[in-house]
Amino acid sequence: MRVLIMAKEGDQSEAATPPTPEAMAEYQKFNEELIKAGVVLEAGRLYPSSQSKRVRFDGKKRTVIDGPFAETKELVAGYWLWQVRSIDEALEWLKRAPYDGGTFEIREILEFEGI
Amino acid sequence: MKSSSSRAFEGALAIGPRNGDAPEGPGRREAAAAEAHRAIEAIWRIESARLIAGLARVVGEIGTAEELAQDALVAALEQWPAEGVPERPAAWLMGTAKHRAIDLIRRRKTLERKHEEIGREVERAQKSLDLDAIGEEVEDDLLGLIFTACHPVLSKDARVALTLRVLGGLTTEEIARGFLVPVSTIAQRIVRAKRTLAVAHVRFEIPGGAERVARLASVLEVIYLIFNEGYSATAGKDWVRPALCEEALRLGRILAELVPTEPEVQGIVALMEIQASRLGARVGPSGEPVLLLDQDRTRWDRLLIRRGLAALERAERLGGALGPYALQAAIAACHARATTAAETDWPRIVALYDAVAQLAPSPVVELNRAVAVGMAFGPAAGLELVDALVDEPTLKSYHLLPAVRGDLLRKLGRSEEARAEFERAAALTENGQERELLQRRAAECAAERMAG
Repeated sequence: MRVLIMAKEGDQSEAATPPTPEAMAEYQKFNEELIKAGVVLEAGRLYPSSQSKRVRFDGKKRTVIDGPFAETKELVAGYWLWQVRSIDEALEWLKRAPYDGGTFEIREILEFEGI
Repeated sequence: MKSSSSRAFEGALAIGPRNGDAPEGPGRREAAAAEAHRAIEAIWRIESARLIAGLARVVGEIGTAEELAQDALVAALEQWPAEGVPERPAAWLMGTAKHRAIDLIRRRKTLERKHEEIGREVERAQKSLDLDAIGEEVEDDLLGLIFTACHPVLSKDARVALTLRVLGGLTTEEIARGFLVPVSTIAQRIVRAKRTLAVAHVRFEIPGGAERVARLASVLEVIYLIFNEGYSATAGKDWVRPALCEEALRLGRILAELVPTEPEVQGIVALMEIQASRLGARVGPSGEPVLLLDQDRTRWDRLLIRRGLAALERAERLGGALGPYALQAAIAACHARATTAAETDWPRIVALYDAVAQLAPSPVVELNRAVAVGMAFGPAAGLELVDALVDEPTLKSYHLLPAVRGDLLRKLGRSEEARAEFERAAALTENGQERELLQRRAAECAAERMAG
């Protein structure tokens, strides 16, 4: 199955300062381990919400809202697309990630049925 | 020694809860135990190959290594549900397996009555099983495990089963389900494979030089066999079994990281990624096969196509454009790049098949080339090539020969001959869904004949 990991890093999501080189190195080491295990399909980081926009749909009406957005706890700062055999496998991988804050969400991606 | 432990493993995992529902009646302890079981299953999938590989380097062969790893797993199944999952589960499993390995070596040495050597041997085992050292050479160990499980001394079936077992971390039951054969068949294949490796004194190592080329070819063959069984199942009612494709892709991606400069490894990954991109589009709403040119291309997985094209580029950059897998990937890429079937660059596909035919001529390749020629230069030109294959003994029971011939005859308006060919093809295939498709085509030809 394919899962999307959304990194909700709290205040860090909105921080204009990039993570420390040490934190980046830790992350890269972990990401490399995932790649070597054949797990990572795709990974990316997002700009802070101050540089983003939202479109709200209401019938025919479209309202564009400029960032930044207030609900920092729910803002996604990065994502991974993983190929795993189960949610539990994703969970075991994610627990090993070198983070000391924030919430990471695992969502299974709808696909056609397997065996 | 431990056939009982592997049985315990499969039994324990088989009865473990599969979904995340919290039990209603039973208390918190049962829920925690169920959670631990699920965690163990997932951790085993992640760690088993590395565990077996690390142990195999030390004990010298994979039969014993797998048994030791299984012992560690059984210990985890006994302890973790009650005590909780340890903070570093991989290290826990390796530590436990290490103690079993030392016990084993000590027992063996006692049996051999070489008392004076025991001390030294155990010391050496403890040293080489040093936890800190494990992990340093994990990549070499994994590669050694792949080469051993895919050793040419084993039959294809044995290589496939052993690879899925020790590298994929699949249970015998899961492998049997994937290949639609009885569990006992797979269990026997694995036991026999381990025995064959032991009898042939196959050493746990990474082959070098000229041998490496042949051994790598054997590895790639196994991976592609697994992929193909999922991509166009040779038996059973389902046309595709994506789980097998995913296992093969995972093995391929892991191998590509282990030996990033082998062009054919990049080639096979490219081929599998691109073919897998069509998995969702090649099955219709009721499970029937949808052929390449009839597929809804908006349903092709762009992510996998992108990954596949990137892998193909790496293969070509490494000088491997003319490798057998890279060539097939290049053909698959021609389809992937065409937004509609009509935009397909058929002359280029013909040229690529020419190259495949030169490299590894075979009646099946010739048949594929005939299809491409038929598309590029008209059905009559294709039919001429197919007709030359009709008496080919190796294609005697190959259903795609009459299927292709039927297709070309139909395009030439020879409906009655086409119908007979589709009927013949339907009788030859062992896949239920494919049979129905071929029978439908036969019926369409009959209708065309009535109308014409």
